[in-house]
Amino acid sequence: MFIPHESATDLVALIHSGDLTAVEVTTALLERIERHDASLQAMLRVDNQAALAQAEAIDARRRRGEPLGSLAGVPVAVKDNMCTRGEATTCASRMLEPFVPPYDATVIGRLREAGAVVIGKTNLDEFAMGSTTENSAFGVTRNPWDPERVPGGSSGGSAASVAAGFAPLALGSDTGGSIRAPAALCGVTGMKPTYGRVSRYGLVAFASSLDQIGPFGRSAADVAVLLETIAGHDPADTTSVDVPVPRYSESVSRPLENLRIGWVKEHFGAGIGDDVAAAVREAIRTYESLGASVREVSLPHAKYSIAVYYVIAPCEASSNLARFDGVHYGMRTDEAVMRAELDDERARLEKAGDERGLADMDTAMVRLYRKTRAEGFGPEVKRRIMLGTYALSSGYYDAYYKRALQVRRLIREDYDRAFAEVDMIVGPVTPTTAFRLGERVDDPLSMYLFDLYTCGANLAGLPGISLPCGFDGQGLPIGLQLQAAPFEEEKLLRAAHMYQTATDWHTRRPELA
Amino acid sequence: MSKPHEVIIGLEIHVQLATRSKLFCGCSTQFGAEPNTQTCPVCIGMPGTLPVMNRRAYELAVRTAAALDCEIAEFTKWDRKNYYYPDLPKAYQISQYDLPFSENGGLLVHDPKQQIEPRFIRLIRVHLEEDAGKSMHDEAAGRDDSRIDLNRAGTPLMEVVTQPDIRTPLEARLFLTELKLVLTYLGVSDCNMQEGSLRVDANINLHVDEGGETVATPIVEVKNLNSFRAVERALEYEAVRQLDVYEETGQRIGDVPKQTRGWDDAAGVSRAMRHKEESSDYRYFPDPDLVPVRITAEQIAAARAAVGERPAELRARLEREFGLGGYDSDVIVNGGRELVDYFLELAERAGDGKLASNWLQQDVMRALNDRAITIGEYPVSAAALAELLAKVKGGELDRNRGRDVLADMEAHGRGVEAAMASLGIESVDDDALVALCRELIAANPAIVADVQAGKAKAAGALIGQARQKNPNVNPGEVRRICLELIEAM
Ligand SMILES: [Zn+2]
Repeated sequence: MFIPHESATDLVALIHSGDLTAVEVTTALLERIERHDASLQAMLRVDNQAALAQAEAIDARRRRGEPLGSLAGVPVAVKDNMCTRGEATTCASRMLEPFVPPYDATVIGRLREAGAVVIGKTNLDEFAMGSTTENSAFGVTRNPWDPERVPGGSSGGSAASVAAGFAPLALGSDTGGSIRAPAALCGVTGMKPTYGRVSRYGLVAFASSLDQIGPFGRSAADVAVLLETIAGHDPADTTSVDVPVPRYSESVSRPLENLRIGWVKEHFGAGIGDDVAAAVREAIRTYESLGASVREVSLPHAKYSIAVYYVIAPCEASSNLARFDGVHYGMRTDEAVMRAELDDERARLEKAGDERGLADMDTAMVRLYRKTRAEGFGPEVKRRIMLGTYALSSGYYDAYYKRALQVRRLIREDYDRAFAEVDMIVGPVTPTTAFRLGERVDDPLSMYLFDLYTCGANLAGLPGISLPCGFDGQGLPIGLQLQAAPFEEEKLLRAAHMYQTATDWHTRRPELA
Repeated sequence: MSKPHEVIIGLEIHVQLATRSKLFCGCSTQFGAEPNTQTCPVCIGMPGTLPVMNRRAYELAVRTAAALDCEIAEFTKWDRKNYYYPDLPKAYQISQYDLPFSENGGLLVHDPKQQIEPRFIRLIRVHLEEDAGKSMHDEAAGRDDSRIDLNRAGTPLMEVVTQPDIRTPLEARLFLTELKLVLTYLGVSDCNMQEGSLRVDANINLHVDEGGETVATPIVEVKNLNSFRAVERALEYEAVRQLDVYEETGQRIGDVPKQTRGWDDAAGVSRAMRHKEESSDYRYFPDPDLVPVRITAEQIAAARAAVGERPAELRARLEREFGLGGYDSDVIVNGGRELVDYFLELAERAGDGKLASNWLQQDVMRALNDRAITIGEYPVSAAALAELLAKVKGGELDRNRGRDVLADMEAHGRGVEAAMASLGIESVDDDALVALCRELIAANPAIVADVQAGKAKAAGALIGQARQKNPNVNPGEVRRICLELIEAM
């Protein structure tokens, strides 16, 4: 047995039976992180003692004969935009470097109740804004399959940590594809649940109407266990929906009969890599061989999804991130330097007799905001704050935000029509496999197009799952995306499991240096 | 000679709702706690936190809208008003923009002194929002070092916006007085201006008659109005000032940006306020963290039915059913619902509204005032006071003696009979009374002669003497018996 490659379900069984202790599991994974994360940089912070203390508590419970939770002793890596009580939660931003939340996110609370061990916080694009994890203020995460390539983003640290065997499970957040895309690029299984399925309380907001927390694992069966643990209504998040949560862990292994799947022509248009297109087509044939019927469906407004997404997400972000102003928490610019700067400016303007300049000078308060935000945020975050601020400004609101909302509704209606005909839509997750670090950093537009196949599910609030369906010519993983109607996660998990029973792509592991 | 003109006034009133907890978190709204002790991650806007609407606040707001005859929306939503200020921890305020929970409606303003005709002031809207914290700026030092108290941040605030229907500063004060009374009756706010639970901003400009053409002057917003009297004074001052400015500069609306002026009540002047740091583009958009609020037509109807009698309706009832004048009904209704209930019971039991009103205003309300208590704490029940009034009305006690009895009832919490007994008041039997009268007539031939000469008033002196001999005599009876005896002589 090689603990870093064991599934969460097997580990739980071994810990429950006493064949393994939680401490043994956690120790093995901490050692693996120790050995390999210096080069991968998937983890932002790992507190060995804290992780081992959690594991020991589980073992103690077992020794006392107390009931163990559904994830007892299973290490889970958590994206560093989910609040963990008494531990730093940085969103990979200088702005939140000093921030220690006094509360756990609801999902963290549910993990703890289930006996999971929060093994560490993973790297991400700053405030989850990006598709490569290169926008982190604290270093670039590398793809375990090829360290010269990106792991995808923004939950790149979580995806890479699962692929590298640092943890069998991880939590990410998905606003436009931020779970599904890195899952595809790192060759793991990741799901974005229906909007409202999982509480957002304690998730540092990027775009509140699109953000959703979801699970990573190395199989649909493992993802099912984690989703079952974190899903469900939370009175602290009124956008979480009060519908019953199925026992995904029990139903996942039941194959679907008479499965009707749809594919979308636009998914195979310009921009998609040949290897990706071929692997996805092959996966569709696999479903056919498993008894599914296949037909083409149309999502006529899908071509607007990037445009809509890059209005709505920045608008919400510009407001959500306004609170980071250096006044209440987080980073604050050096006030002595700031005041000296203001004094110099004032003296210069006075000397020049520039009345107008003096009248226009920042107050100390405004300068505190300006400097704190200039120093605390990275370029991509600033770009999106500016986009959103512009689009919400008076005179532009109707042309951008309001129009985007209207098209968002059309996109949702496209899906509604499609799901009247098929159970799920099968397609690619990303246009290409992992590209080289730095390759697109200076080309935000091509970076934004990477979300083309994923952000529709966020706009429509649908669940989507990404699972490995092959490798390209360079040995890089390719992802398959399944999307279903709202609250049909169970269908997606069962369909993903059917595929993983018929194929072994998800069992391949990268060789770590 | 100044040009003929009309004064145009609109008011914006912010009212803190009397909920125990804040609008979007569970923190207490109690006034006066140590700074920053009534806060939590939600109301200080910590990353990752989410608001949860306090349904109670919404219900109080709906009750108010119903009482103000507003249209109540079955669907309403929350919007973010984005601006930077240190007392606003999220850098946006959760408010309502284009779909407030209620619109239109209005309030009839009347003047008990009848200086103005009753007027209906229309409302544009009533909406809900969260309050900001309090900055304690050290502006004098010019360095705006600030300390911030976030206890108030997130307190439910209802904003009432009137149409510019108000035409005089007096009307503005009367509107506010009536609005406050309505809110107090509804129990939705304590309306304490000192503690900031009721705040008023006024918009004012002039419509000047230029030989048949109406010219509107620039609108000025007046802030820092700390009492209703201050509102009236500030608007009086502002109307004169604006006319002066107009006659000097000819500036019309649109010529200059809207100005904000602060009222200095001690100096009796308004002063232009420093421009706010933030721009006025609030970039409103729907708050994605909060689901829209729905209310059914049935629930709205129930809220309207639960409003009960409003002050204006109560005044009308007191005048109609008990024959009170406008002044008296106003005094009683302005005393609050509990006082009105006391009056109603008293008047019903005594069977005399005017007598009840007199005693209530001259005796009971004075006692409340002297003892600084509410009617609920007043020791004499309406039933007990009604018994006393029956004795006064029946002539058993005169007004002064009745007051003595009431004072005893107040002091010792006794009923009428017990109080009379403790004061040694007992009814004098008829034979004794006739004997007393005969005695007085015999002793006062001069008075008897006056009465016989037609001066019935002279009998009053006999009554006085009778009371000296026995304070318990019924003055009316003494008078009647004496006149009968003299007549028979
Ligand atoms: Zn609070």
